[in-house]
Amino acid sequence: MAERMALTGNEAVAYAMMQINPDVVAAYPITPQTALMQKFADFVADGEVDTQFVLVESEHSAMSAVVGAAAAGARAMTATAANGLALMWEILYIAASTRLPIVMPVVNRALSAPINILCDHSDTMGARDSGWIQLFSENAQEAYDNTIQAVRIAEHRDVLTPVMVTLDGFIISHGLEVVEVLDKEAVQDFVGEYEPAYTLLDPEHPITFGPIDFSDYYMEHKRSQVDGIEAARRVIPEVGREFGKRFGRSYGMIEEHGTDGAEALLVALGSTAGSAKAVVDDMRERGLPVGLVKIRAFRPFPYEELREALGKAKAVAVMDRSISFGAQAGPLALEVRSALYGLSLPVRDYIYGLGGRNITLEEIEDILQEALEMAKTKEAEPLVKYVSVRE
Amino acid sequence: MKELSRMPELLSPGHRMCPGCGAPILVRLALRAASEHGGVVAGVATGCLEVSTSIFPYTAWRCSFIHNAFENVAATISGVETAYKALKARGKVEGNFKFVAFGGDGGTYDIGLQALSGALERGHDMVYICYDNEAYMNTGIQRSSSTPFAAHTTTCPVGKVRKGKTEFPKDLTGIVAAHRIPYVAQASISHWNDLYRKLQKAFSVEGPAFLNVLTPCTRGWRFPSDETVEMARLAVETCFWPLYEVEDGRWKVTFKPRQKKPLEEWVKRQGRFRHLLQPENRHLLEQAQAEVDKRWEELLARSE
Repeated sequence: MAERMALTGNEAVAYAMMQINPDVVAAYPITPQTALMQKFADFVADGEVDTQFVLVESEHSAMSAVVGAAAAGARAMTATAANGLALMWEILYIAASTRLPIVMPVVNRALSAPINILCDHSDTMGARDSGWIQLFSENAQEAYDNTIQAVRIAEHRDVLTPVMVTLDGFIISHGLEVVEVLDKEAVQDFVGEYEPAYTLLDPEHPITFGPIDFSDYYMEHKRSQVDGIEAARRVIPEVGREFGKRFGRSYGMIEEHGTDGAEALLVALGSTAGSAKAVVDDMRERGLPVGLVKIRAFRPFPYEELREALGKAKAVAVMDRSISFGAQAGPLALEVRSALYGLSLPVRDYIYGLGGRNITLEEIEDILQEALEMAKTKEAEPLVKYVSVRE
Repeated sequence: MKELSRMPELLSPGHRMCPGCGAPILVRLALRAASEHGGVVAGVATGCLEVSTSIFPYTAWRCSFIHNAFENVAATISGVETAYKALKARGKVEGNFKFVAFGGDGGTYDIGLQALSGALERGHDMVYICYDNEAYMNTGIQRSSSTPFAAHTTTCPVGKVRKGKTEFPKDLTGIVAAHRIPYVAQASISHWNDLYRKLQKAFSVEGPAFLNVLTPCTRGWRFPSDETVEMARLAVETCFWPLYEVEDGRWKVTFKPRQKKPLEEWVKRQGRFRHLLQPENRHLLEQAQAEVDKRWEELLARSE
């Protein structure tokens, strides 16, 4: 029987990892991921898992060891945040290009400088072109559910692409929530046995991993990598539906909340989507035609789903928790505009919450009120606004 | 030698290492020593060995091979070894495997030192072999922390004011020995019997073992490509590259030249040291000799 427990996001993800019982976990502690790693260490120490737990000397080595383990046919995981993810950068690309189905929770935290340990999305947004699938979580329950589903998505033969599961640092990672934790057997049954297509440890079939390509093959290999992440568009909702059938919580690429008949729509990621749902409900009760589209999968980006969901509205406000320096908007807004290409819909980006700056319900309502105004005027200027910043 | 030649060759001919390269001599012996125990997985850091043996769609490797990046071969092979332990315990892998990492001096002394130190400290059952050719040869002879004092490289060239590298090489073997792992050795391709015995020991111990092996580079050192083994031999006979091993904290010199040759005998046969033979640079050669003498005496004092 599933059990309702009071858990932080970090603990919930550690539970998911314990129930997955991967062959290998290699990790290095970094705030705010540390508590996740500690909880997993407790599971190892208590014999709740028989995972080989490698305490490496850096995140670069964590990702490197996990690449080695996955190439050897192991179900391998790690977890990190912020600067740790940045240190892994080089190997993120190698993991994805080598088509290794690694699963990695990332506890979102602002990148230095100035050094800051609190939440924003600059870490994972920077990794958006590394070839990894990226699933965002709204709360601890989703972080738990996403971690379990990520194994199936990554290992799907048509996908074979690593998956990052993100959860907002401190807001989710350290906030205590009631989480429904599934039976270990049910999780084991859902994720199944990992059957690697190729492994370094097949004595009859030696294999060369990580060869050098020149101009005669590199482009074909990169092109075939696209097929893997594109297949995830189909597999992510498939796995989400199956998860829903078994455990009662279904998942897709996006989630719509109050979008029916909405004139102004908000697009958000992570924990802010949870706050926005409360704001939308409140404004709807007052008869205001607003709604929310939550992005769950940032990579592959849900262009069609978003175009369908946003196309019916008259204005769109996007909330970006990171900056793309020198670009016309934050990373999320750039993608949203790209999804809406050809439609004449005003889109404004709101950059907020950097380095853990709090975002209030009132501020989210202000954004939606401005979006309602945009719906009337059809005027998106200024294209980017900074929320609660002292200028 | 006869016995060795009958063992299966795990690095196939036809790879694209330079004629006269010292590295394949080492790699072929190492793979033989590893295969005495069963299957072999070789990890290779970015470098000459990697780019010349795994050009897609070809591979020279008849055992399993993994290349990840430049600085992380120790971490990568530690992950492979950990997966082996996990899968073996869960009954998903059959047979026995040995794990060996090859890195050049750039990938080991310099950019890969942290990953190497971490993997050694964690105690993985793996053998790390540094094929030391004393510079970044793959990218065109740039200085590394293994490059000898006064040697010419493209990043510490001999000019009007500066005369090659201004620093002495890092004592990597000593640094590794300080990790107190079961087996550490320094060897040379010229002394193949000594080298093979050390390889056998390295693959027999439980836990991490490390070999630092001198593999001369005809392009970087500037000597004719049929003198590779001779160049390695002279490095040993001049005591520039002493052969020794460290077992359970005990140091032992495994080869003492009957008569220690002057460093000049090694130096004068390499283009990278040509400037040292000019009268105005004699003092540099004297400095280099003094450092070799000092390190040799230190090693003898430490050795049983």
